[in-house]
Amino acid sequence: MGTWQHLFLCGGLLLRGGGRIPAPLGRSRSLVCRRQLSGADSENLKQRRTQIMSRGLPKQKPIEGVKQVIVVASGKGGVGKSTTAVNLALALSANDSSKAIGLLDVDVYGPSIPKMMNLKGNPELSQNNLMRPLFNYGIACMSMGFLVEETAPVVWRGLMVMSAIEKLLRQVDWGQLDYLVVDMPPGTGDVQLSVSQNIPISGAVIVSTPQDIALMDAHKGAEMFRKVHVPVLGLVQNMSVFQCPNCKHKTHIFGADGAKKLAQTLDLDVLGEIPLYPSIRETSDTGQPVVFSQPESDEAKAYLRIAMEVVRRLPPPPE
Amino acid sequence: MEATGELAKPGNLSGVRHIILVLSGKGGVGKSTISTELALALRHEGKKVGILDVDLCGPSIPRMLQAQGRAVHQCDSGWVPVFVDQEQSISLMSVGFLLERPDEAVVWRGPKKSALIKQFVSDVAWGELDYLVVDTPPGTSDEHMAAVEALRPYRPLGALVVTTPQAVSVGDVRRELTFCRKTGLQVMGVVENMSGFACPHCAECTNIFSRGGGEELARLAGVPFLGSVPLDPELSRSLEEGRDFIQEFPKSPAFPALASIAREVLNATPALLS
Repeated sequence: MGTWQHLFLCGGLLLRGGGRIPAPLGRSRSLVCRRQLSGADSENLKQRRTQIMSRGLPKQKPIEGVKQVIVVASGKGGVGKSTTAVNLALALSANDSSKAIGLLDVDVYGPSIPKMMNLKGNPELSQNNLMRPLFNYGIACMSMGFLVEETAPVVWRGLMVMSAIEKLLRQVDWGQLDYLVVDMPPGTGDVQLSVSQNIPISGAVIVSTPQDIALMDAHKGAEMFRKVHVPVLGLVQNMSVFQCPNCKHKTHIFGADGAKKLAQTLDLDVLGEIPLYPSIRETSDTGQPVVFSQPESDEAKAYLRIAMEVVRRLPPPPE
Repeated sequence: MEATGELAKPGNLSGVRHIILVLSGKGGVGKSTISTELALALRHEGKKVGILDVDLCGPSIPRMLQAQGRAVHQCDSGWVPVFVDQEQSISLMSVGFLLERPDEAVVWRGPKKSALIKQFVSDVAWGELDYLVVDTPPGTSDEHMAAVEALRPYRPLGALVVTTPQAVSVGDVRRELTFCRKTGLQVMGVVENMSGFACPHCAECTNIFSRGGGEELARLAGVPFLGSVPLDPELSRSLEEGRDFIQEFPKSPAFPALASIAREVLNATPALLS
């Protein structure tokens, strides 16, 4: 601010010296200002400006004890983010049982993780007033769903959602985790911005169905991550094809290969494809995700492959 | 900016007879699809329909009606909604028309979204409409609150709640029904979408997303059950290509369901039946 005032004063003095100028004042003043700015001054100005503009923004601080954060997102709703996040977390654990995995559900409006992981109840508080995550199948879970009643809608404006996300990120006693899988809500708004501005994210996995409408939104999701400087690891094409259990005829209900084309356009990899297996839906609804309950099945193998691809593309863990 | 009702300010919703909000707690259940199909079905019954797409992060409706890239013009009363057909019987307003590129991401926080939705409601010259179908994003957030607040002073609102049969969806939609009750929105009924898939080869029906969840939910919540719409690959394909589905596929398994839902909606608004 001080620098600008200084420049305006200089400009004012010079104008007075120059007499009455019929040209628009603004223009002549800015011309004078530009002449005043030296190289060092303009650098200082830029730094000052960035400093002031970022004063209101949250600082990015890693979560205590968590080595790497993987975000599962999509612009579109209903493409299978939660299903993929749950099975990805289980697959990461199955591929390497020495890793400690956590699962965070930041979909405050429609938290699906409690149902899919068969978890219920309010989290306990630890000694330092942190919430203890609930465990099932070896995965530490935290979700908005544990904090509100099942039928109670969360009718909150953006600001309240931001503070809830802050709590879910910072006030959970995760312990030591190798990977934290974060299940994002649909859209490109408050929650996504809050999460990416608050914590460093190691990589984002974008889930989409082959349908054009879903791909449009997935494209927006990918662009959003680019805007906030989060590396996108790749795309997962969900609900790719359906095979009739009776006659084995394959139908591409939601289209074919759309995600592959989008991946090409965005210069991303396709991490894997998951066909429409009714068993995935059945096991999610009963809270026994397919990677846990049917580990030898094709469905589980698809998720295990995706987990391998994700780990391959992550940067090496810190320290 | 509340409408007092006396002076019909041009550009507001004074000429709209009925407003229907299409809601769902869950994403991806087919709100935009059902909104579009409902609007088309009502148009086939001879009504003038407008569609307001308040899903700012994922505006799907321009793509479905092949109206992407159309410009929004100004008139004396405000913004002119885009007409998607020759006879000008369906008008549409969406944030999709205001973006420079179709794949541009709208990464906004709540207050900005609320402000734009208020503008969509008060500054768009909808004119004389029989029905305004409002397509919402998933959840119960800023967009929904802004839409309900902005639309409250106008004609009695009805809400159509869409779900898929599976338990995960039904769980989220229960919250949405509570939201409707709390905000005083009358629920016209529950629509169960993606209810069963008939294999085109052998006609065996597989319940990919389970079945009966929507009907059960309607019964528990004490609201009417408007019908189940089966999964039809032709439907998604024709919507992506922007064809007039109701006109082109009367033989589709989804058609009888959609037409009957439209008839239920018309029956529920007796003021229009003359």
